Amino acid sequence: MTEEDPFFRLDWVFHNLDMLAQRTGEHVALTLIGVGFGILIAFPVTLLIHRRRRLIGPVLGLAGILYAIPSLALFGLLIPVTGIGLLTAEIALISYTLLILIRNGLAGLDGVAPEIVEAATGMGHTRIQQLWRVQLPLAVPVIIAGVRIATVTTIGLVAVTALIGQGGLGFVIITIGINRFFPTAILVGVGLSVLLAVLADRGLVLAERALTPWARAGSGEG
Amino acid sequence: MTDPELAPAPAVSGSVVAFEHVTKGYGNGPPAVTDLSLEIRAGEICVLVGPSGCGKTTTMKMVNRLVEPTSGRVTIDGADVASLPAVDLRRRIGYVIQQVGLFPHLTVAENVAVVPRLLGWGEARITERVEELLELVGLHPGAYRSRYPAALSGGERQRVGVARAMAADPSVLLMDEPFGAVDPIRRERLQNEFLRLQARLRKTIVFVTHDVDEAIKMADRIAILQVGGVLAQYDSPDRLLAAPTSPFVEHFVGADRGLKRLSLARVRDLPLEKPVTVVVGESFAAARQRLPEGTTWALVTDAQQRPLGWIPTNDLAGEGTVDAAMATPGSTLLQPESTLRDALSAMLVSSVQQGVVVDEHDAVLGVISVAAISETLQDGAGSQQP
Amino acid sequence: MDFLAEVAAWFTDPASWSGRDAISARVGEHLALSGFSLLAGLAIALPLGLFIGHTRRWAGAVVGITNVGRAVPSVGILGLALPITLQLGWGIGVPPTLLALTVLAIPPIVLNAYVGIRDVEPELVEAARGVGMRESQVLRRVELPIALPIILAGVRTASIQVIATATLGAILSTGGLGRYIVDGFARQDYPRMFGGALLVMTLALTSEVLFALAQRAAVSPGLRGASVRVPETGAGLAQ
Repeated sequence: MTEEDPFFRLDWVFHNLDMLAQRTGEHVALTLIGVGFGILIAFPVTLLIHRRRRLIGPVLGLAGILYAIPSLALFGLLIPVTGIGLLTAEIALISYTLLILIRNGLAGLDGVAPEIVEAATGMGHTRIQQLWRVQLPLAVPVIIAGVRIATVTTIGLVAVTALIGQGGLGFVIITIGINRFFPTAILVGVGLSVLLAVLADRGLVLAERALTPWARAGSGEG
Repeated sequence: MTDPELAPAPAVSGSVVAFEHVTKGYGNGPPAVTDLSLEIRAGEICVLVGPSGCGKTTTMKMVNRLVEPTSGRVTIDGADVASLPAVDLRRRIGYVIQQVGLFPHLTVAENVAVVPRLLGWGEARITERVEELLELVGLHPGAYRSRYPAALSGGERQRVGVARAMAADPSVLLMDEPFGAVDPIRRERLQNEFLRLQARLRKTIVFVTHDVDEAIKMADRIAILQVGGVLAQYDSPDRLLAAPTSPFVEHFVGADRGLKRLSLARVRDLPLEKPVTVVVGESFAAARQRLPEGTTWALVTDAQQRPLGWIPTNDLAGEGTVDAAMATPGSTLLQPESTLRDALSAMLVSSVQQGVVVDEHDAVLGVISVAAISETLQDGAGSQQP
Repeated sequence: MDFLAEVAAWFTDPASWSGRDAISARVGEHLALSGFSLLAGLAIALPLGLFIGHTRRWAGAVVGITNVGRAVPSVGILGLALPITLQLGWGIGVPPTLLALTVLAIPPIVLNAYVGIRDVEPELVEAARGVGMRESQVLRRVELPIALPIILAGVRTASIQVIATATLGAILSTGGLGRYIVDGFARQDYPRMFGGALLVMTLALTSEVLFALAQRAAVSPGLRGASVRVPETGAGLAQ
């Protein structure tokens, strides 16, 4: 690092706060759409396979395949069908969240202690009542753990969507940083991305705590 | 075990539960329950007991249809349980399991309120009922209402489980080893409290346990099941102990069934003998005059009839006055509520082989002898109502 | 379905199989990039992970770094590798991509090696020590075989990560199958783009299947009867 050629140009950051803020906002929006729809799809699917266990293998297998396909390849496969744009980007992003959301959702539901389920049935809950009033609330911690991983992963993936013209911090990292050979932008883009991920993660932890007041109750003498 | 001292008997709020030739089979293997027929009277505790594999839990679960019989039927107050939708049936039956199964995400109050809420009760009624029930099981509502199960001890959870089962005032309660997960000391307390509760509420209870001592303590009648759900004997605890109808039952209740029976009977169930007494301050001469021929021992009492000990009649020869110091203190005093087992225990340590029974003011009521107790055992009919 | 016909045409065209941009060449490049970095990553990460798992030292730091690492976009790593390799005089093209891929392969392998070893029942380790095994023997003969499925799961995750990022390496002017996708996109030559994507997908899924089989085979026969689900601890770094 010589003085004439600094690695990191702080002044550039200050000059481009507006742009960075805008790109960050795009990044957040893309993430929210991806995770949001991911949850919307994963939720009913999880309930379905929880009920019909034979579907677990095929569903998780399919989700696993989607998860294994690299994002760039997925774009390449989707573009001829869905064009270049937000839809393609979101389809890819949503696909990546499915495996972890469904897996965790199922694990959460299956993880409810059997005696609790037995008590619920014996007391006269219908299947739906049991699901909504007993199993889902108790599955919240595991479900949120899945949402956390899915969110953090998505935040990292959104960057790649810049390659097909979407915005977000990927624009900063790739278009400004890599293509114009400007390390500062790369660092700033990565840094903001990590910051977003940490904030989202912590935020979800707080949400989990708010949703599970009983988890903080101390233990009696046993 | 109904305590006859509580009079008059409170209104029975239980239903009659009957098994009519109920069989439960699973595939090709041996059946879990075989042609079981028995009737549980309203307001009674029927304990299902037997070795593992005897189908006691399966039988119990056929009442609330967690298990469906392969053949035969189960009725409550004459109506087949299969005639109602299972969900509605279960909301009318209390269900307590060994691990309790309290919902961890609900407070104690919310847990107890589960079935009332399922039934659509109004908030005010629910709140009132929750308070009532928590008091009933010995948990102060103010302190416990908002606690979560994780913050409760094992015994407290058990009580909440019982309260929860009774919330909608069911006429039938199913209890599967409800006190099994607690230590013996707590278990005994819970058992005693539950018996007191039952004495007030008189619900019909189907109680499953593997512990024959618990069965004897809790039951109005016991159904002993053999492997494969075969009914071996269905009787009151005392009859079961006095007259086992098969080697299996005899073996199951244990070789010490004689002693077990003694725990069931109380001193007041026996006729008391009048002891020969001398009072402190009495002269030897006066005492000698009252003593029947051949008496070897006399009971020394004070002016208020309180026993001080025994004195050999030979010591009453010659002149003198009866003095407290002359009495050899006997064993511990017995009350009418003392079990015969405790009485026997006390008497065996005394040199006199007699137990002195006193009332609440410690005044002598009478004595019982070892002979009288063993006569009771031989009787076979016992002193418990069937 | 004309489009699929065009894709098929691209695959069967002899021109696609000759020259620098030949399918065989690109596949080879992609495999080489992925393979080398995976091996390099293994060489670094495996001993590290085994050590941490066995001795339990620095475990907190490792888990923390891995969690943060999950949040770093892989394009970012690629991007940062470039100035670093330039500074080091290694040049552009392959070196930064190899560096980035190796760095990305490390966290899942370290994490899984650590967790796999750590989760071996302590009684077993104690018993092994009790019969007089040295620490290295305990690791080699007891902990490693038991932890193997989990470790393989980590390598599996790393492999997918590497294959995916090698595809992205195209933005650094590296070779590999990403070239088809990026170039195809730029030139609007969609059959080429789609074909490249198919190849990448095939490569990724093959890797998945191979590693899944390896995991299953690696579960010791003694444990197979028990309900041991082949674990899939996903470090889940961005692709």
